Amino acid sequence: MPWSLLSVEIALALLGLVLLVLGLVLPEKGRLLMQPLTVIGLLAILILGGTLYAAQYDLFSGNYQVDPFAGFFKLLFLVAGILVILSAGRYLERFAERVNEFYSLMVFALLGMVVMASAGEMITLYIGLELMTISFYILTAYLLNDKLSAEAGLKYLILGALSSAILLFGISLVYAVTGTTVIAEMAAGFTIEPVMIAGIILILAGFAFKVSLVPFHMWAPDIYQGAPIPVTAFLSVGSKAAAFAALVRVFIIAFPVRAFDWPLLLAVLAAVTIIAGNLIALAQTNVKRLLAYSSIAQAGYIIVGLAAYNIYGIKGVLFYSMLYVFSNLGAFAAATVVEVETGSTDIEAFNGLARRSPMVAAIMTICMLSLAGIPPLAGFVGKFYLFSGAIQSGLLWLAFIGLIMSMVSVYYYLQVARAMYIGTNDDTSAIKPGKAVGAALWICLAGTIFLGLYPGPLSDLAQVAIQIFL
Amino acid sequence: MSSWILAITLFAPVLGAILIMLLPPDREKTIKSIAAVFTFISMALSIWVWFAYDRIQGGLQFVQQIPWVADLGVTFALGVDGISIPMLLLTNLIGFSAVYASWRINDRVKEFFSLLLILITGVMGTFLATDLFIFFLFYEVVVIPIYLLVIMFGSSKRVTKEYAGMKLTIYLLIGSAFLLVGLIALFVQSYYILGYPTMDIFELATIDFPLGFQIFVFALMAFGFGTLLSMFPFHAWSPDGYAGAPTAVSMIHAGVLKKIGGYGLIRIGLMILPGGAAYVAPVIAVLALGNVVYAAFICLSQKDLKYIVGYSSVSHMGYVLIGIAALNLISINGAIIMMFAHGVMAALFFAMIGNLYEKSHTRNVDDFGGLAHQMPRLAAGFMIAGLASLGLPGMVNFIGEFTIFIGAFGVYKVLTILAVSGVIFTALYILRTLAAVLFGPRKPEWDHLEDLKGPEMVPLVVLGAAILIGGIAPFTLMDLINLGVGDLVAQLGSLQIGGMF
Repeated sequence: MPWSLLSVEIALALLGLVLLVLGLVLPEKGRLLMQPLTVIGLLAILILGGTLYAAQYDLFSGNYQVDPFAGFFKLLFLVAGILVILSAGRYLERFAERVNEFYSLMVFALLGMVVMASAGEMITLYIGLELMTISFYILTAYLLNDKLSAEAGLKYLILGALSSAILLFGISLVYAVTGTTVIAEMAAGFTIEPVMIAGIILILAGFAFKVSLVPFHMWAPDIYQGAPIPVTAFLSVGSKAAAFAALVRVFIIAFPVRAFDWPLLLAVLAAVTIIAGNLIALAQTNVKRLLAYSSIAQAGYIIVGLAAYNIYGIKGVLFYSMLYVFSNLGAFAAATVVEVETGSTDIEAFNGLARRSPMVAAIMTICMLSLAGIPPLAGFVGKFYLFSGAIQSGLLWLAFIGLIMSMVSVYYYLQVARAMYIGTNDDTSAIKPGKAVGAALWICLAGTIFLGLYPGPLSDLAQVAIQIFL
Repeated sequence: MSSWILAITLFAPVLGAILIMLLPPDREKTIKSIAAVFTFISMALSIWVWFAYDRIQGGLQFVQQIPWVADLGVTFALGVDGISIPMLLLTNLIGFSAVYASWRINDRVKEFFSLLLILITGVMGTFLATDLFIFFLFYEVVVIPIYLLVIMFGSSKRVTKEYAGMKLTIYLLIGSAFLLVGLIALFVQSYYILGYPTMDIFELATIDFPLGFQIFVFALMAFGFGTLLSMFPFHAWSPDGYAGAPTAVSMIHAGVLKKIGGYGLIRIGLMILPGGAAYVAPVIAVLALGNVVYAAFICLSQKDLKYIVGYSSVSHMGYVLIGIAALNLISINGAIIMMFAHGVMAALFFAMIGNLYEKSHTRNVDDFGGLAHQMPRLAAGFMIAGLASLGLPGMVNFIGEFTIFIGAFGVYKVLTILAVSGVIFTALYILRTLAAVLFGPRKPEWDHLEDLKGPEMVPLVVLGAAILIGGIAPFTLMDLINLGVGDLVAQLGSLQIGGMF
């Protein structure tokens, strides 16, 4: 078996272990090296992942899939990881008691995501999921002296464990009917009966928790608000994308639509999520919490693509997940800069930001508008794919709901823009973001604008990735 | 054949905006000069395009096509015909004037001019794009710069600028959400019929969509574009928005941005969905009457100069809508001339009001009187705009209104007669306002006001000249528009209007 196909996973595991050891043995000063080291390591793995993009192999008799679909998401996780770690440095210096394990845990979470994207079998999938989630439990509670962070970690632990149990129960029910846990073999043993439907719904509920679809979203706002902001950023982008990758693979390959109309179920969930996420976000006064609700709504948009269940829709899921990395992390990186400077993420903390740091304010505005789907930014193209898919599948009502609500979402994004541009602040000193976070901001800006103006390349990449379903 | 002329015209302001962003904020003079130079380039090029357009050959010219997104069938396609050239010129006349009308801005100059230039490119792009996707891209680009400009530089009088900006934004975005559903449905349906994706407006126009589908999508467009054109009863954003906005934004918004609604209805609605247009047209005509008469009545009771022009622009858009709804060569010609005419007129009006407001800090009609004594040039600007607004022969607006009524009378007899009454009300409120502001005894409290001079003269000269040249030599405009509309009407064929009742 060609082990080189697993080089991304192996390299990530090694990087995580090396960072763990380095965090223990390096002297206090040397630990400053850990951030650049992690970034360089991830960059190298990103290049490695790029060279493996077109590979297509069934490893371990179908238990582990190395294919462009997984490749696409691996690139996505790595880009997200790099951006988050770039923006985390100063934040950790200021707020965290210790930085030793942070980078290592981030890398392990990343490894979990990678396994989820490639898993061809439910138990493997579950292991990836747990590796990711357990790392996040610790990361969420990483600010040792912050009560909110501790509370968030505990909440996440309890609710996350519950949702994992639900997912596992669903898997066991499906196994009971089909007699297999290999995703590709499930369709063959598929018979429609109550146990099977219960199994599918439980699996869906488990994933819906991870991507925070309404009504399984209750945990998200508290945990997003309490967790350290780089962790929130990674949670909202990486963990969601990983769950989407798994969701798409499992549902499309294992559960035939003609036997059970799960896309309709997803369409309803998507509609509810989009409406609730956006409407609740309207009332938020804390930017972190606002972004949490916005990310709930964004999950609803992405699910539209899977509910559409056609080429444009699935391509939309991939396209949107990728642009979401740039746009959402851009907004979070800007919020990180503000929190490092002011110690708060309340909307008042953003007052007058356009005068204190025009660049950060502009990037934050642009990234949020991309999330709202305003052209010529990436979010618009993503929504165009998703809703083309939806209309093609006859889900016209969903397109109406989605597009109207995305215009409603402009309202709360512009509230932040308003604070930044005309809000007044007693402190008018200039804010200079650090080099690393500055780089992250510029990359997010470039990604958001480039994907919006010239979506061709990414759409080709997504086209290759979804070939496995055609 | 590929021509870079339109691309250069289109992106010159963006280039200017990028240059401005690179400058330090305190180089105010340089920033203003850059804005002026780059909008001048666009204006000069669009005048050149006006003359260089081959009127014998007709059709789409200066075409540029670059394949863009293969799987959505998107091509970065620019091109102009007799319908879009007047709109292009209008955009750049107003854009150039707007830069000069904002010459007195001295706080956050950098933000102001870079957003203004992006706004101008956004508006221009909708008129140049011949690809549906690219059209929509530019269509929404304009909304956000406007919001930021309004909240940063607007004025709070009757409503706060934050309220005005948000109202404007949300109205237009909700309209565009419906429009976008329609566009995506159009795309999906054409994919289904053709078997391959395309967004080319002219290719889509060759498809014969099922009638029920046409009606559905045209209705969505009528709502989306209608909101932008301030069609009754979706007009409420317009007066508040203009009142809150800074002068340059009011000029561009009332002058050209609204016209994107009319242009879209003609270029996309009529051309791609003629059957749907014929079905929905009577409804538009009736709503248009609401614009003409209802908004004119409101004007009669307004005291704030900006609200008067704001409601009057709602009223004038009624004429455009009637022209479009009548669906014949003459009436659509009239609608396009009217859009051009109202554009230059409204921009001139707002430029004059803005100038007066900056100096006097009030816009209340009753506060003024006899201003022609102190400010003869400003008074001349007001007079030109006002007389154009009420459709005095010799001004380009008269040509537009006259042509619309002639074209529409054959189709909607009663409605047209009622709409003509709008002209009388317009005369009433415009003349009353002009008399109260400009004439009468000299008021000493306004003796300190300085008349227009230097850069402030530019809007008056540019826009005033456009109004008069268009009015005295209407054939310059007519011939060109007739070419474009001729092609369109040939496409429409002989359609039976109505069918709903």
